[in-house]
Amino acid sequence: MDRRESLKALALGTLSVGTIISATGCEDKKGESGSKDKAGEMPGYGRTADEVKRDKALMGEPFFTAAEMKTITVLADMIIPKDEHSGSASDAKVPEFIGFIVKDIPDHQLPMRGGLKWLDTQCLKRYNAAFVDCSEQQRKEMLDLIAYPETALPENSQGVAFFNRMRDLTATGFFTSKMGIKDLGYVGNTPNEWDGVPADVLQQYGYSYDEKTLATCLKIEDRGKLMTWD
Amino acid sequence: MAFEIKKQGKAYDVCIVGSGAGGGMAAKILSEAGLKVALLEAGPKYDPADPEQATQLKWSYDSPRRGASSTRPFGDFDAAYGGWQIDGEPYTKKNGTQFDWFRSRMLGGRTNHWGRISLRFGPRDFKHKSYDGLGDDWPISYEEVAPFYDRVDKMIGVFGTKENLPNEPDGFFLPPPKPRMHELMIKKAGDKLNIPVIPSRLSILTRSVNKDRSPCFYCSQCNRGCTVYGDFSSSSVLVKPAMKSGHVDLYDNAMVREVLTDDTGKATGVAYIDKTDLQEYSVNARVVVLAASACESARLLLNSKSAKHPNGLANSSGVVGKYLHDSTGSSRGGFLPMLMDRKRYNEDGVGGMHVYIPWWLDNKKLDFARGYHIELGGGMHMPTYGYGFGIHTLNGRIPGKDGKTKPAGGYGASLKDDYRRFYGAYIGFAGRGECIAREDNYCEIDPNVVDKFGIPVLRFNYTWSEHEIKQAKHMQDTFEELIHAMGGIPLGTKAGPETNYGLENPGRIIHEVGTTRMGDDPKTSVLNKYNQAHEVKNLFVVDGGAFVSQADKNPTWTILALSMRASEYIIDQLKKQNI
Repeated sequence: MDRRESLKALALGTLSVGTIISATGCEDKKGESGSKDKAGEMPGYGRTADEVKRDKALMGEPFFTAAEMKTITVLADMIIPKDEHSGSASDAKVPEFIGFIVKDIPDHQLPMRGGLKWLDTQCLKRYNAAFVDCSEQQRKEMLDLIAYPETALPENSQGVAFFNRMRDLTATGFFTSKMGIKDLGYVGNTPNEWDGVPADVLQQYGYSYDEKTLATCLKIEDRGKLMTWD
Repeated sequence: MAFEIKKQGKAYDVCIVGSGAGGGMAAKILSEAGLKVALLEAGPKYDPADPEQATQLKWSYDSPRRGASSTRPFGDFDAAYGGWQIDGEPYTKKNGTQFDWFRSRMLGGRTNHWGRISLRFGPRDFKHKSYDGLGDDWPISYEEVAPFYDRVDKMIGVFGTKENLPNEPDGFFLPPPKPRMHELMIKKAGDKLNIPVIPSRLSILTRSVNKDRSPCFYCSQCNRGCTVYGDFSSSSVLVKPAMKSGHVDLYDNAMVREVLTDDTGKATGVAYIDKTDLQEYSVNARVVVLAASACESARLLLNSKSAKHPNGLANSSGVVGKYLHDSTGSSRGGFLPMLMDRKRYNEDGVGGMHVYIPWWLDNKKLDFARGYHIELGGGMHMPTYGYGFGIHTLNGRIPGKDGKTKPAGGYGASLKDDYRRFYGAYIGFAGRGECIAREDNYCEIDPNVVDKFGIPVLRFNYTWSEHEIKQAKHMQDTFEELIHAMGGIPLGTKAGPETNYGLENPGRIIHEVGTTRMGDDPKTSVLNKYNQAHEVKNLFVVDGGAFVSQADKNPTWTILALSMRASEYIIDQLKKQNI
């Protein structure tokens, strides 16, 4: 059963939500980009003609140079490395996302480009090599100078500002990817029947639904029944 | 080819400009009475169930910008087309003041965006001048509107609970969904502080009200438009069934320029530009109903000048465009350390808050005149662009699993774990308050600027008074109290006088009303109490323009009730051959 059919069945009340959820559990087989539009080039996500045009234009020319992309990739993987739960930032295609978002939101362009350059300049001064050509130990030493805003030295403040932005973009790119959403444990975006906070969670925090709430809120078994007031 | 106005051959009983809440309701009521209706909409057709247009149940990663607001102002998946700026359709501002105007050119208009918060105005909201001497009273009372609110409740569906509060009238409610975890925590904090936290009142179907629409399936995405029509938008709930009657012709992409009048000053129809061929057309009708939004309808009237109406149509009083007012808005976020490392479960719920805070204090004991309600946010949402931003301002203040605090910021495995730990532990508070309507807050025609269709554009002049600024201060104090009472950490810096306590630009809350206000005196109002122009008997305005005052509530439910009431008045007056 495809999702549209399932929704219809759900709507008609002919299927329980549990059935629907298992029937639509084909999510994992889908690629990162979802369905394609008519042109088959861009992900289909309800775009107007003008929006399709804008997306296509943005996809065109890259903003970052190959060297910049290499630095972004190394930085992103130091910020979000692979661990026992999920892959690294580059496994989730975060560098590609950053490459796109700076075109989509041009305010990121100058601080990112300038920040990357600042980083390379500092590495040249310290280690006589660009950031990506430094040893792993040297890269860590460099990041330790700019990754902790409250203890960083004033002379590194521009690096701190750059790294805050780089950290934000990396995290947002990772945790909005399929891999990151799974890691985070978000389990929604699917037909559901909300019947309140699970009992064990209520208990964990020392809460319960009071009588008034239970009396007035939806009884989930009534969900499919037409409402009447008379 | 000679430049000419092409007439649409058909003669209509009623021509409606705009398909949002007001226009959609008018189309439904008038067509059900068997009247021939022309419905003009400045944007394209829209159906949230159309797979080409649907955004519901898409994932963040289906968007290359992960849902960021760089294409659509409320994010890639928001149903509303348009925004604060529309290419080729500018507006201007005067005297260094600010006003942001959100327009959504599409079937259903701005009902495709809003939060479905559906609050009736209360008895005091219609007679506020009698209470505090400020602004003006409406020419109608709550009791006169109540039967229409009742019918809107049953026709469209709104969940909520009977609370017997003095100025928050109860209605015919559907059962509300149970509160989420953070909402229970807010309620507990509210109980401590004597701030009421009650089930919200949203036009989302926890149970169906008719066979054409299905109950909510809890994806929390009402702002994306619902493929099973489980929530209210004018396009799905009003226009769609109205079209089925066979009595409504929809003219989409029709940018109305002017209301046409005859020698006697009566309205005869409208002139519009078809956006697809840029030609001029006219539609003739016995009655013209404007529902283009408060400011757009005012613009239309001001641009409809003639020998008989040199000041613009229905504007001998000079009141058209004046008394413009939007809700106030100020907000604050917080973090709840006790919700860190929380158990994961599907917490989507309905699209929006399950509980909210209605206005609870007596303004006579405060230094500002009108109240506000508080909208609440939080929970385990689908992460979109912006998720995780600013963690360096927070993770140095929160002890790790080992009980030790580490330096803020960082990178690597331990940082990655912070994002996981903090997920679903944020809350947000947004105050939405009443601004007092003033004659000197207005929109007018800019003498020098036209849009790409050659239509003169609006120019805004708007300032907040001390009442609104002090109200915003009170909001900020309340947010902090609530966050502290919950054992939470307020995020960012508390907004102070330098930002008017975080008070948003006027227009920003998208509740602007008042520009063609109703009243008994034709010298100080544009419409009578049936939304009918004092000076042009067959002209009506059924959008937020008719409001004498905004309340500490969202305007949509009142627009719907008044449009229903005005539409039935039109039917009655046509029968009696008074118009």
